[in-house]
Amino acid sequence: MFEVLFLQFLNGLDKGSAYALIALGLTLVFGTLGVVNFAHGALFMIGAFCAVTFRQLLTLETVTVDPNNLSPWGTPVEIRAPLVQAWFGDFGAILVNYSVPLSLLLAIPVMLLIGIGMERGLIKYFYKRPHAEQILVTFGLAIVLGEIIKAIFGPNPIPQPMPTDLRGAADIGAWLGMAPGVITYPLWRLVYFLFSAGIIAAVFAFLQFTTFGMVVRAGMADRETVGILGINIDRRFTIMFGIAAVVAGMAGVMYTPLLPPNYTIGMDFLVISFVVVVVGGMGSLPGAIASGFLLGILQSFASMTQVKAIFPGIDQIIIYLVAVIILLVRPRGLLGRRGVMET
Amino acid sequence: MSTIKGGFTRRNVIKTGLTGILATGVAPLVFSRGAWAQDFCNNPTGSTVTFGLNLPLTGAYAEEGADEQKAYELAIKHLNGEGDGGLLNVLKPSALKGNGILGKKVQYVSSDSQTKSDVARAGATRMIERDGAIMITGGSSSGEAIAVQSLCQELGVIFMAGLTHSNDTTGKDKRRYGFRHFFNAYQSGIAIAPVLGEEYGKERRAYHLTADYTWGWTQEESIKAATEALGWQTVQTVRTPLGAADFSQYLTPVLNSGADVLILNHYGNDMVNSLTQAVQFGMRDRQANGKQFEVVVPLFSELMAKGAGENIKGIFGTSNWHWNLPDEGSKAFTKSFGAAYGSPPSQAAHTAYVQALLYADACERAGTFYPPEVIKALEGFEFDGMGNGKTLYRAEDHQCMKSVLVVRGNEKPTSQFDVLNIVKEIDRETANYDPAIFGGELGAAEPVPQCR
Repeated sequence: MFEVLFLQFLNGLDKGSAYALIALGLTLVFGTLGVVNFAHGALFMIGAFCAVTFRQLLTLETVTVDPNNLSPWGTPVEIRAPLVQAWFGDFGAILVNYSVPLSLLLAIPVMLLIGIGMERGLIKYFYKRPHAEQILVTFGLAIVLGEIIKAIFGPNPIPQPMPTDLRGAADIGAWLGMAPGVITYPLWRLVYFLFSAGIIAAVFAFLQFTTFGMVVRAGMADRETVGILGINIDRRFTIMFGIAAVVAGMAGVMYTPLLPPNYTIGMDFLVISFVVVVVGGMGSLPGAIASGFLLGILQSFASMTQVKAIFPGIDQIIIYLVAVIILLVRPRGLLGRRGVMET
Repeated sequence: MSTIKGGFTRRNVIKTGLTGILATGVAPLVFSRGAWAQDFCNNPTGSTVTFGLNLPLTGAYAEEGADEQKAYELAIKHLNGEGDGGLLNVLKPSALKGNGILGKKVQYVSSDSQTKSDVARAGATRMIERDGAIMITGGSSSGEAIAVQSLCQELGVIFMAGLTHSNDTTGKDKRRYGFRHFFNAYQSGIAIAPVLGEEYGKERRAYHLTADYTWGWTQEESIKAATEALGWQTVQTVRTPLGAADFSQYLTPVLNSGADVLILNHYGNDMVNSLTQAVQFGMRDRQANGKQFEVVVPLFSELMAKGAGENIKGIFGTSNWHWNLPDEGSKAFTKSFGAAYGSPPSQAAHTAYVQALLYADACERAGTFYPPEVIKALEGFEFDGMGNGKTLYRAEDHQCMKSVLVVRGNEKPTSQFDVLNIVKEIDRETANYDPAIFGGELGAAEPVPQCR
């Protein structure tokens, strides 16, 4: 039984890390700019399609036809030769193999530009508007971005292979001194968890240990006073929006081997991530992280057959059920602050 | 004799009335063939006739929907006398002339069903009521097929189902106006069980992950019954939502369940995701109960095999048809489709194309579009040349009875299309079963409902 519970716990960490990463970005935007950004899921999706684009560029091929070799339908067989491998040999093959992690190099600047462009081009006009209007405009933006991706890449999921070295499962049981094969878990899911933990730690360290972060935290606590001190807090908040976009984009990139992306992937995660933010407490970064992992783990345990035998269908509603209970007991969420989204 | 005011006699009034009734109502039914043709849904009066294509172009089964669309477009071209004629040249017997249907040029309207039953039903309603579709066809999900079939029965429009594999489509939910060319889950069980027994032995413990809707339920039931008859035990059956995408939470319990076979009752993108994730969990590298752990996918297609890539190699399943079958019909269709689109047709494309032709042929043989007559022409129709050998459209349940394929993911593909190998062709007699076992009532063909 320990093995079963431990596997579900690992699964919960894996799901929770995806929820926490998206919720972290959402909370950064809400905490700095006071904007409820429903387009945040779309940023996750765009990140995922950065990985798709990067791989498509790396796998560009030259196509020639062999007139002497006919297909069963009578047309000459196409001979395809990958360009990158032709140019760089084995190094080209390595680039293609590691296309997903390497596409972070494309995703980071692209997402930073998209984030800053989105904030300067649209979001800033809605700072002082009611939250309902912010939700409407950002939700509309999310739909527009989804349709653009659909128009370019089509409606169907596009699988992204993980590097061959990271395929298959890790024998965690053997690492813990148990018999081989008792607890195995996909390597890439472990990589994703460690990657998420690293990003979360980096964002917290950035806010905690840099002057920029200190000013941002001060601005989150009392924007007017920071402004009176002559600090351009708006510019810093714009950069924070860009950083939130980068976090969402990187989460999207690294998730592609687990779930082939299509234009709806962002919306699928967004709904749950909003519940995560609300449960964690609006504007609370530690709250978002804690509730992301908590809900991921609970969802995983609720999927166990033993649990579903007692509560059929519980895996589909557990997140919302817990959200209702927590909000009834702690209306501001787990670590919410007084005065946030309250009149 | 009593006289009615105004000089009419009662006898004269009765005579005149009877004459009028005969002249305006009854006589045309007696003397004019096809006179009922004035009184049914979307009776085509112009020079064209419209098919309604209900296609899942988005959602879990979108790949199949896209291939079905290509097949219907090709079938309509061939019916209108364009292109190389495809299977019109090999269908036997055939009343098709390559000049449309009954001299009317075939055109089509389409709707994206999104792989959702409610959207499929709404799309079919729109195509019938707004666009004047004479026949509805398509779909890659049994949920959609059953919903649309039921609607078509209500509106008096024939439904030629696309890819639907649930036993219920021609079982408990069968309808007089619905016809299925594709095989079903029960036949998959008949076909695959002996092969699984030969390959994996008679002492196995199976764990089922099942798409939670009509197709998944009936496939699970059929495969469970067939494997248990071999001597296998069923450890657990777990339902997963259609379009779940991430199956990790359902896969982790498999690892310590005591099972040594995972049976994935998933189709389309769901199967691609669940199989890929099962491989990521190391299931194809495991040993359980002293045996190699195996994964079985009872229904899969070449489109799914391409999506699953390396992961499908060596995996057993069943298929309705495969493009490299050696018969003349399969060769003709593969040639037409490949020349038009640069890739071989999938089983979804094949069934869609065949259904379009069979409907057209039935109209030609009936000499009318009047649905009850077309239904009569299809019921019990025996034909050959469409790629599955001699085939019967069984009158009792509107299920096509024909051969079934057991397939296996190709270990050594020679091209991007060479993803499946045919392991065994199960003949029509072996795949046969009593239609009464699934119950259901076809219902009446007449009186024909009025759709508008």
